[in-house]
Amino acid sequence: MFSQCAEPSLLDGLNWWSCYLTTGKHINFYQSFLVVFALLLLTVPFILAFGFAGALARRSALFPIRWFGLAYTSMVRGIPDIIFFLFVPIAMDQGIEYLRHKWKCGDWSEPVRQGNDFVVCTAAKMPLGISPQWVHETYGFLLATLAFAIVFGAFAANTIHGALGAVPRAQLETAAAFGMSRGQIFRRIHLPQMWVYALPGLSNLWMILIKATPLLFLLGVEDIVYWARELGGTKTGRFAYPHPDWRLGYFLVLLVFYLALTWVSERFFAALMRRTSKGQTTIGGTV
Amino acid sequence: MSCAETLVQYGLRAIGIGTRALPKTDITLCEQVVLIGSGLIWNVYFAAVALTLGFFMATLIAFARASDRKWMSLPAATFIFLIRGSPLFIQFFVLYETFVLLPKMGWDINLGFIEIGIETRWLTRAWLGAAIVLFLNTSAYTAQIFYGALKSVPRGDIEAARAIGMSTVQINRRIIWPTMLRLAWPSYTNEAIFLFHATALVFFSSFPAWQQRGDALYYASYFADKTFNPFVPYPIIAGFFILFTIILILLFGWANRRLNRHIQP
Repeated sequence: MFSQCAEPSLLDGLNWWSCYLTTGKHINFYQSFLVVFALLLLTVPFILAFGFAGALARRSALFPIRWFGLAYTSMVRGIPDIIFFLFVPIAMDQGIEYLRHKWKCGDWSEPVRQGNDFVVCTAAKMPLGISPQWVHETYGFLLATLAFAIVFGAFAANTIHGALGAVPRAQLETAAAFGMSRGQIFRRIHLPQMWVYALPGLSNLWMILIKATPLLFLLGVEDIVYWARELGGTKTGRFAYPHPDWRLGYFLVLLVFYLALTWVSERFFAALMRRTSKGQTTIGGTV
Repeated sequence: MSCAETLVQYGLRAIGIGTRALPKTDITLCEQVVLIGSGLIWNVYFAAVALTLGFFMATLIAFARASDRKWMSLPAATFIFLIRGSPLFIQFFVLYETFVLLPKMGWDINLGFIEIGIETRWLTRAWLGAAIVLFLNTSAYTAQIFYGALKSVPRGDIEAARAIGMSTVQINRRIIWPTMLRLAWPSYTNEAIFLFHATALVFFSSFPAWQQRGDALYYASYFADKTFNPFVPYPIIAGFFILFTIILILLFGWANRRLNRHIQP
C-alpha cells in the first residue's frame, strides 16, 4: 500500500507493522467485519417476520396451523442451533436443485440419488456452473442467512407469543367495548403494547444472534474467523511477512470486537427499555 | 451384517472401543444411528462435567459478585462480562490456541497411596481442554442467573433469620442459598439446555477429534459428507438431542420439585 512496502524483508519496527497490517489479505480481513454486520442487518427483518408468523400461528384458531406453530417454536428448545445451520443450507440447496431439475429436465430418466451421489442435470445447477465466483459466494451467504432466520425466528416467535399473552386482557376488552373490530384491536391496542413485554426477550435474542455470527465460518463463508485463521497461521520464510503462529493474537482481536459489540448493544437496549416503558403499567414505567 | 453386530462394532466407537475403520461405502441406517448415538457419549460427558463443576463455581462467583468488598465483586463481574460478552465459538479458539502454546510439562503428584502424573498436553485434548472451556462458560452464565436471584431474595427472610439469632454463615447457607436456587431454577434449566446443545461444537469446530473419536455432530456431519444426503443423519442427531433434552428437563423438574417440596400442595 505504501511505497516503502515494496521490499518487506528490509523493513523493521513500526514500518514493518504498518506494511504488514495493510497487506491485501489484511484489507480482506477488515472487510470481512462488514460480513458480520451484513448478516446481522439482513437477518433481523426475516427473524421478526418468522417470529410474528410463528407467534400468530400458535394463536391460530385452526388446529393444524396451531400445531405447526407449536412444533416450530418448540424445536429450538430440543435441537442445537448448529444442527440447523448445517442442515438448512444443504437441504435448501438440494431442494432447490431438485425442483429446478424437475422443471428444466423433465425427460431425465436417471434417479437423482445414485448411491452416495446427488445428480441433477447441468441446467438445474444452482447457481449455474458458469456463474462467476461472487454469485456462488452470495448464494452461499443467502442460504446461511436463511438458516439463521429460521432458527432465530423460532426464538423470536416464543418471545412474541409470550409478549402477546402478557398484554392486560382488560385493555383488549375495553377496545372491544368501544366497538373496534378484531383487526383494529390487534393493530391499535395489542401490537403497540406488546413491544414493551417483548423487548427484554428480543434484546436477549439479539445478544445470542451476535454471539452466533462466528458460526458463519462453519458454513464456508469467508468471515472474520476464516481470515483470522488464515492470517494467524505460521508464515515461513517463503512469505513476504514471515511470523510464527499468531492465531491467538488474531482471536483475541475477535474477542475484543465481540465484547465491544455486545457492550454497545447492552447500553442501547437499556436506553431503549427506559424509553419504551415510560407510562406503561409495569414496574419500570411507574418509577 | 445385522444391526446387533453393528451395535457391538460401533456402539462405543466414540471412546475408542470397537472397529477402528468407520463405514465408508454402503452406509446403512443402522450404522448411522449407532455411531451418532455413540458420539452422544461425549456430549453427555461434557454436559455432566461442566454442569456439575460449574454449579459450584457459579455459586461462588455469584456470592463474590454480590459482595460489598470491591476486590471480590470486581473480578467476578469482569469474569462474567468477558464470558457472557463473547461467543463460545471464539472462546474455544482462544483457549485452544493458549493451551497449544503452553510449554509441554509434566508433574508427578504423590497422593501417598498412589502417584498421578499430570501433563499440560492433556489440555489440548478435548476431554480436558474442552471440558474446561465449557465449565468456564456455564460458570459465568449461571453466576449471572444466580446473582440476579440473589438480589431478589426477600429482605424479610434475612431479617427473620437474623432475629432468631442465626450467624451470617448460617443465613447464607440455610436461607439465602436455597431461596436463590428456588428463584433461579427455571432460568438455570434453560442454561443447562443451552450448555448441552453447546457441547455439539467441541469436536466439530475446535478440538481435533483424535482417531476419529468424536461427538454426535462430528459423526453426523461425517455421514452427511460421505452420503451427500443431509436428510438422514441430521434428523437422527436431532432426535437424539430432543430425547436427551427431555431427560434433562425431567431431571431439572425433579430437582425443582425437591427444592420447592415445602410449598407443594
